[in-house]
Amino acid sequence: MIQETITAKNRSAEAHLAAAGAAMDAPVLVIEPKHGWLPIDFTELWHYRELLYFFVWRDVKVRYKQTVLGAAWAIIQPVVSMVIFSVIFGKLARLPSDDVPYPIFVYAGLLPWTFFANAVASSGVSLISEAGLLTKIYFPRLYIPMAGIGAGLVDFAFSLAVYAGIMVYYRQFPGPPGFLLPVLILLTMVTAAGMGFILSSITIAYRDFKHVIPFMIQVWMYGSPVVYPATLIPEKYRLLVAINPMAGIIGGFRSVLLNRPMDWKSLGISTTVAAGLFVFGLYNFRRTERRFADIA
Amino acid sequence: MSEPAIVVENLSKKYKIGLRARANRTFREAVTDAIKAPFRRLRALREKSNGEDTIWALKDVSFAVQPGEVVGIIGRNGAGKSTLLKILSRITEPTIGRALIRGRVRSLLEVGTGFHPELTGRENIYLNGAILGMKKTEIDSKFDEIIAFAEVEKFLDTPVKRYSSGMYVRLAFAVAAHLEPEILIVDEVLAVGDASFQKKCLGKMGETARGGRTVIFVSHNMPSIQQMCSRAILLNEGKIVAADSTDRVVAAYLAGAATTASAADLSLLPPARRRGTGVAQFVRIELFGADGRMAQEIRFGEPLVVRLHIWAKKAIDRVVFGFSFVAANGTEVMGTTAHDGGMPNSLEAGMQIFTCEVRPMILCPGHYYIRAAIFRQGEMFDYIDEMIGFDVLNAAFDLASAPANHLVGHIYIPFRWQHEQASQRAR
Repeated sequence: MIQETITAKNRSAEAHLAAAGAAMDAPVLVIEPKHGWLPIDFTELWHYRELLYFFVWRDVKVRYKQTVLGAAWAIIQPVVSMVIFSVIFGKLARLPSDDVPYPIFVYAGLLPWTFFANAVASSGVSLISEAGLLTKIYFPRLYIPMAGIGAGLVDFAFSLAVYAGIMVYYRQFPGPPGFLLPVLILLTMVTAAGMGFILSSITIAYRDFKHVIPFMIQVWMYGSPVVYPATLIPEKYRLLVAINPMAGIIGGFRSVLLNRPMDWKSLGISTTVAAGLFVFGLYNFRRTERRFADIA
Repeated sequence: MSEPAIVVENLSKKYKIGLRARANRTFREAVTDAIKAPFRRLRALREKSNGEDTIWALKDVSFAVQPGEVVGIIGRNGAGKSTLLKILSRITEPTIGRALIRGRVRSLLEVGTGFHPELTGRENIYLNGAILGMKKTEIDSKFDEIIAFAEVEKFLDTPVKRYSSGMYVRLAFAVAAHLEPEILIVDEVLAVGDASFQKKCLGKMGETARGGRTVIFVSHNMPSIQQMCSRAILLNEGKIVAADSTDRVVAAYLAGAATTASAADLSLLPPARRRGTGVAQFVRIELFGADGRMAQEIRFGEPLVVRLHIWAKKAIDRVVFGFSFVAANGTEVMGTTAHDGGMPNSLEAGMQIFTCEVRPMILCPGHYYIRAAIFRQGEMFDYIDEMIGFDVLNAAFDLASAPANHLVGHIYIPFRWQHEQASQRAR
């Protein structure tokens, strides 16, 4: 009954406003309750594009300002991991490495993995760290988890430069499909964004979930062919493993950087899963974002 | 007639009581809840619970604002002002109803939103500007104006974490003040900064209003509402109780605010109505009139006694405590601390009583309330506002030669009027 009255009132208001809108061409912003799955507002995202740039710019600046080591940190992290893994898995465990020296093999895998892991970690808690913004001002919320990924690109660039050095040292040069590298980087970002959208909308609602993320990332790393080659997995399971998008992506990076044959099937499956993850994350984020300010 | 810039229709916002608490529950609880949920739903059905655990922060609020109008929103804490602003700023969604906004809108619920302490003043201007919705080119073109307004030229390349709080606020406000929206939604952001800077900001905002901009302004500060707004809306418990010319609405608000008592058992005060760590607290504050009886009405010119009952958890030294008289429009008329009155600046553990005699009462007739605080450098133990109120009654008294019928202001200063014939003067 009450509901009906309200709807009726709204309808009369609508008629009045429609007439008003026709008389004036100024943009009219309508604020009303929305339900269910919402479309992605690309116009708005485009309008606010500079904000995404500023968020990324801020994260990069702050990251290199606060640390004594600055940019060196982006290099030390993967290099130290490379050394440790080379000793443990290459020397002690004698894991196979597709007939290339283990250090360069593991580094080629760590390159996309470190980028992915850092991006997911910062993107996953981004809504909590920006709670102050969420409750004070409006802007497309999607940019918060996205910024967490963009900032990692700078670190990635540094570690890629280090790779160039290692490459020269081991005389192991990338093959002709080198042009695929940007595509693979984009694919890593898409996967990280999909995860970032999902995880950040969970962590803002359930704060203890942020402690789950580092653990999840660690388990994920050993589930992906970072320290071991994908060829170690029996043939019949290999496509199943590619459901983990990072499996196909890391394999792709290695194929390009180490000039190995590309496992197109695995990459195809991983790409499909990554795209699905991204789209689901995107729409799920849009569906839950209206609650963010109330629970932040 | 031109089209209204803002139309609000039946705007309502429902919160689940404790949504915040429940939202912050842990993932583990959510999982166990999900398992228990079917049973709970069954039980809920049987008990026919009908959503009693919800609260309408805003209920059926409708109004329209014409272009160029400056409208003030007033009301006590929890009246729904912030919820309304948050909905209009698109931070949160309404539960029912809708709002239409015609024109470029910017909202300012806080100054310095998104400021990063590690970044320099220059960097923060760009970051904050972008967050507020400015384009980079727009910030570039206003950059010099912003730093001149903030008076921080020398510290542009210093991280803002090294700024004094005054500089920080000036910089933050300077960015905000250079927004050029058609519609501006402002929360009580002026309650910061020193007095002269506040005045400058008010001036800048006044310019904005005169520039034909539509402004919605929320404040507790009645003088600034009266100074800036042509119209005001009074909210109470989520509903509009008055929407009229500013003077009338402010009067209605002040009349409603006069529901405070002459003495209050403050130990029962809900934590939301007081601030502080509680290491020392006001347990009771009483007012006595000339006849020694507790009074809510004091005759102008008569003495008044304020008695503070303070309880301290432990002995505290270097403590400051006292109270001030605050006029109904929010102006602090006069405050005094016990230390000013020659009392030791320490509290013993347990209960203690301090009395302060004001003789004679020279507050002008009107409604006043007591604001009281116990604090030490850097630590607020207790802070109470608007809980104890009293009226100063207009009465003939020998202080003035005639009944003080038309006194304005808050403090009576003895005066004497004289009259001379113009012709006598000419001679």
